[in-house]
Amino acid sequence: MGMAQHTDDLGEGSTGGDAGGGVASGHHLPEAVLLDYAAGAISGPTALLVASHLAFCARCRGDAASLDAVGGTLLAEIEPAAVAPALLHSVLARIDEMPVTAAPSPQNLAPADADLPAPLRRALGRPLGRLAWKPFLPGLRQVRVLADKGDVARLMLIRPGAAFPRHTHGGLELTLVLRGGYSDEIGRFRAGDVSVADGSVRHRPKADPGEDCLCLLVSEAPLRLTGWIGRWFNPVIPF
Amino acid sequence: MERERPQAGRDAQADLSDLVEAVARTRDRAAFAHLFEHYAPRIKAYFLRLTVSGAEADELVQEAMLAVWRRAETYDRRQSSVATWIFTIARNKRIDALRRNRRPDLDLNAPGLVPEPEPGAFQQLEARETAARLKAAVAGLPDEQRELLDLAFFQDISHRDIARSRGLPLGTVKSRLRLALARLRQAVAEGEDGS
Ligand SMILES: [Zn+2]
Repeated sequence: MGMAQHTDDLGEGSTGGDAGGGVASGHHLPEAVLLDYAAGAISGPTALLVASHLAFCARCRGDAASLDAVGGTLLAEIEPAAVAPALLHSVLARIDEMPVTAAPSPQNLAPADADLPAPLRRALGRPLGRLAWKPFLPGLRQVRVLADKGDVARLMLIRPGAAFPRHTHGGLELTLVLRGGYSDEIGRFRAGDVSVADGSVRHRPKADPGEDCLCLLVSEAPLRLTGWIGRWFNPVIPF
Repeated sequence: MERERPQAGRDAQADLSDLVEAVARTRDRAAFAHLFEHYAPRIKAYFLRLTVSGAEADELVQEAMLAVWRRAETYDRRQSSVATWIFTIARNKRIDALRRNRRPDLDLNAPGLVPEPEPGAFQQLEARETAARLKAAVAGLPDEQRELLDLAFFQDISHRDIARSRGLPLGTVKSRLRLALARLRQAVAEGEDGS
């Protein structure tokens, strides 16, 4: 699976393209990513980022809901396949075993980090302050959230004004800003914004002054740092 | 490709919504059994297309139907048809099931931080009306577009793999898919029923 199939959508996203959904901004999810999400042809880490962006973004939620409706229509039309005869009984038996308050709701989540998307909080399983943050580079800390089939989702915490070393990407990288903001050669990104970068993008994200910048990053292959600091750090970056 | 669907139609859709709401309100097992009867074989067909084995598919059907029971309160007939709501549950199960390591939890159904979804093309109408128009629009698609849509949603492959398996350039696959989706949006917006 992986995400390589999206890399050639990058240009379309930034130039406006002719996307039916009218996705013209680089700050939203590319239409192809939304379609793969709707279809379920997407890795866990990328799905987590998509669901997290949807929590922020009414526009992409509307687009995703439209794609879901297409999926629903196809499901209604699908040729049914008989299930094992005892399956209903076995489901009802499992329902009997369920605790009364089994419904997983965001209310069951700790109130800490209430500004973060619920799917992300659930995947983290604990408040941000209790995660095993690892120093990464000066001014940067990171923690791995989810990995699957070569795709990795990480949280990155950048101190105010600190910059990520200039780098390119082996594969596609999606960044969702959760708190604060940053700027790079592509543009300015604030909480809820998505940035999409591939091997053709070489950038140096710099956090806004005054506030930590917290991002969810999903990359399909290790970053390749460029420049002297990159050459120094490349061999030791723990992905 | 016409198939006999005695229960298809607006009234049937309304009944299905009633069933989900009955499960939500009173934990109505008879209503749940009806939903199971209608959707479990469709969910199974969906999972079978994703190259899982029959036994695995049955297990995933169980999990999806358990989620239907647990999440019944979150169903809103103004937002989506029952088929769409159940599709998203099955689809999210699928994403979860395809992970090699299912830790930590991945709960994609969790609600958003912003309250109201901006009405997309399909949300400006009542969900039931949308479902009926979409159904007609899908039926009216040219075969090549319908087939691609089916592949995109029901096969375990990405755009790129679709292109490869069809022997088509990736750009062609994407433009056809986009065309199909644009056509559906337009049909829903204009209320064309393609018949
Ligand atoms: Zn968006």
